[in-house]
Amino acid sequence: MTLAEMSAGDRGRVEQVSGDPAVVQRLYELGLLEGEEFDFLGYAPLGDPLELRVGNTRLSLRLADAAGVVVSKL
Amino acid sequence: MSSRPLTVALVGNPNTGKSTLFNALSGLRQHVGNYPGVTVEMKKGQFTHAERRFDLIDLPGTYSLAARSPDELVAVDLLLGRRPEEPPPDVILSIVDASNLDRHLYLTTQVMELGVPVVVAVNMVDVAAAQGVVVDVAKLAAETGLTVVPIQANKGTGLTELKAALLKAADGHHAPKAPVLPQPLEAEAKTILAGVNGQVPEFLARRLLLDINGATENWFVGKYGEALRTRVQEARKRLADAGAAVPAVEAKTRYAYIRKVTAAAVTKPAVRPKSGSDKLDRILTHKVWGTLVFFAVMFLMFWSIFTAATPLMNLIDAGSTGIGKAIEGAMSPGPLRSLLVDGIITGVGGVVKFLPQILILFAFIAVLEDCGYMARAAFLMDRLMSRCGMSGKSFIPLLSSVACAVPGVMATRVIENHRDRLATILVAPLMSCSARIPVYVLMISLFLPAESAFAQAAVMFCMYMIGFITAPVVAWILRKTLLRGPRSLFVMELPAYKRPSLRTVGLRVFDAGWQFLKRAGTVIFASMVVIWAVQYFPNTTADGTAYEGLVATAEEARDDAKKKKEDAAEEEKEPLEQEEAKNAAEVKRLKAEWQRDSFLGRTGRALEPVFAPLGWDWRIGMATLASFPAREVIVGTLRILYEADEAEEGQADPLRASIHNDWDNDPVRGKYRVPVALSVMVFFALCMQCASTLAVIRRETKSWLWPLFCFAYMTGLAYLGALVTFQVGKLIVGAVS
Repeated sequence: MTLAEMSAGDRGRVEQVSGDPAVVQRLYELGLLEGEEFDFLGYAPLGDPLELRVGNTRLSLRLADAAGVVVSKL
Repeated sequence: MSSRPLTVALVGNPNTGKSTLFNALSGLRQHVGNYPGVTVEMKKGQFTHAERRFDLIDLPGTYSLAARSPDELVAVDLLLGRRPEEPPPDVILSIVDASNLDRHLYLTTQVMELGVPVVVAVNMVDVAAAQGVVVDVAKLAAETGLTVVPIQANKGTGLTELKAALLKAADGHHAPKAPVLPQPLEAEAKTILAGVNGQVPEFLARRLLLDINGATENWFVGKYGEALRTRVQEARKRLADAGAAVPAVEAKTRYAYIRKVTAAAVTKPAVRPKSGSDKLDRILTHKVWGTLVFFAVMFLMFWSIFTAATPLMNLIDAGSTGIGKAIEGAMSPGPLRSLLVDGIITGVGGVVKFLPQILILFAFIAVLEDCGYMARAAFLMDRLMSRCGMSGKSFIPLLSSVACAVPGVMATRVIENHRDRLATILVAPLMSCSARIPVYVLMISLFLPAESAFAQAAVMFCMYMIGFITAPVVAWILRKTLLRGPRSLFVMELPAYKRPSLRTVGLRVFDAGWQFLKRAGTVIFASMVVIWAVQYFPNTTADGTAYEGLVATAEEARDDAKKKKEDAAEEEKEPLEQEEAKNAAEVKRLKAEWQRDSFLGRTGRALEPVFAPLGWDWRIGMATLASFPAREVIVGTLRILYEADEAEEGQADPLRASIHNDWDNDPVRGKYRVPVALSVMVFFALCMQCASTLAVIRRETKSWLWPLFCFAYMTGLAYLGALVTFQVGKLIVGAVS
């Protein structure tokens, strides 16, 4: 499944990050890399973007970009 | 040697307390440095320690040295000592957040490769400790080979130790234990370097390979030709085959190193405790509550501008009137007195009056930004903003434009995508800035009494809504036409909430106030004087007599009659009162004629057919034209133009009273008071009347095309908006009566 398909309260692990090189690099820099576990916090009131916590960082990204992140639910 | 000042470059992630540390170190001894060819500005400050001067440069907050824009490349070049404007840094000061050390050390590991001594300031050790995160500074120093100092920038703790460490690091030898990127990558970087005859630092050669389509790549290709891009792409392919695919290889290497370092130096609780920040976010990013809080905060902002600023505004008003009266009494009539009293003091006084509102607004924005709420606002708004071709990051520049489009346009630098950024710049001036407040306040006061503060705030809120609605629509149209292109990147951190620093907020507010006053003193002041001149001259009647003399004579006769009347016996008062009234009317008539006949009046009357469909008379039209360099000018200009009616004793605002009386005797504006006032407000809401904003757009876009385009579309939109407002309003008023 992809990151864009998770629901609030889920916990997951990053399996593969792909997509626009700029987005991929930024996600890596912010600590969302393969093998990393995260808490899926939910979606913005209008349904997009989504929010997750990896380490001690709360991250927000759009569904379109999150679709490039393959995850597994824990 | 010891007299040479040390250059310290301050780097850190956004929301690390970097600005707080910069302000704590340099205090008020700071200024802004500009760099030709790019739009980036960096703050520079100074401090002294152990009789040694330190020059501190505050680099923009960033997560990484992977430059994606020419602006970010400037910061990298500066660190590498490649900018001619700045000496190469002697020390790099890297500030990291103790509670999130893993992520913050990422940038530090990049900085370690620059060959410059690095001092790490571990900030907010207190906050981390409260969460159970303990950083062992000695172990961190041992693992990284860097000097590490714990600080609490907001309380000023650890600064003396930090300064001492900077001094020691600059003069001492340094041997950082930096992470080692895989050998194939180093080898490819060396090959690239050999291909350009070793003319660039090795660091940039690595960045060229690592940052796909980044600013470094564009710079290299621009300098060494398109063939280089092909060589780089081939090198990246070889790296992927060797199991070192970019950009993943960098992140994996660095995070593996960081994990090792933090495993030794950081103790964390096994289960992450729920922080107060998390609890707050459950409410503030909630579907219903979050949206409600958002709108409540916005409304509170405008409401406080109205209520809190009023007493101060009245004080400034009374002060400038007092000074004007004093000068009028001390000088004889003539162009100089008129220039001083009617041009300079009245004009500038009318502008400075709005300083309290600007300060309050900037205080709000600074607090929202400093406490971390701005990022939540971007999170809440991104769906809306991306729908109209901008990003959640456009929200901060647009909201800043509510105070002033100049910093707003500059704040668009955080938007990576060029088209997103351009769209945001072009619509930012549509947001109702503080310079429009004077116009709104004046116009609202013409049809709503001062007692109905709630109704006033509601109308004001509507005026702001015009910008909030028009800007996205225009941006959407632009992104579908002129700025068509791919969607943008939006990956954003939501920083933990924190108590805003009084110092940071104070400096922002001070800066904003100072900028506004400087404008009042330059652009606005200059146009006030020009407007006074075209309104004062030619100052001659048909037979060549100066109006000013005639007015003075009539005023004298009027005052004479008044004085005689007071001294006279009861039965002699009647004729003297008539005498006084006759001369008072003559004063008004002469002044009005003087106005109508001035250069300004002649132009205004010639253009009256253009203003008539908006419900405006030549004076409103003229004052509007006069305020094209700076919106605030309209109030001062109207003050001069409507001075034809003497203010009555005891009136709180003579200008309001003057316009009110004038409109009462006017068939159009008397009957359609509300539509006329609204039409003026709508025009000002939509029009680009700000020389400073145009100058900033020119600077940020590096082109005259975009400021001209912005000016043209906004002026057209404003005329159309005002036209529709008045014509529809007229129909409504007609139907009601």
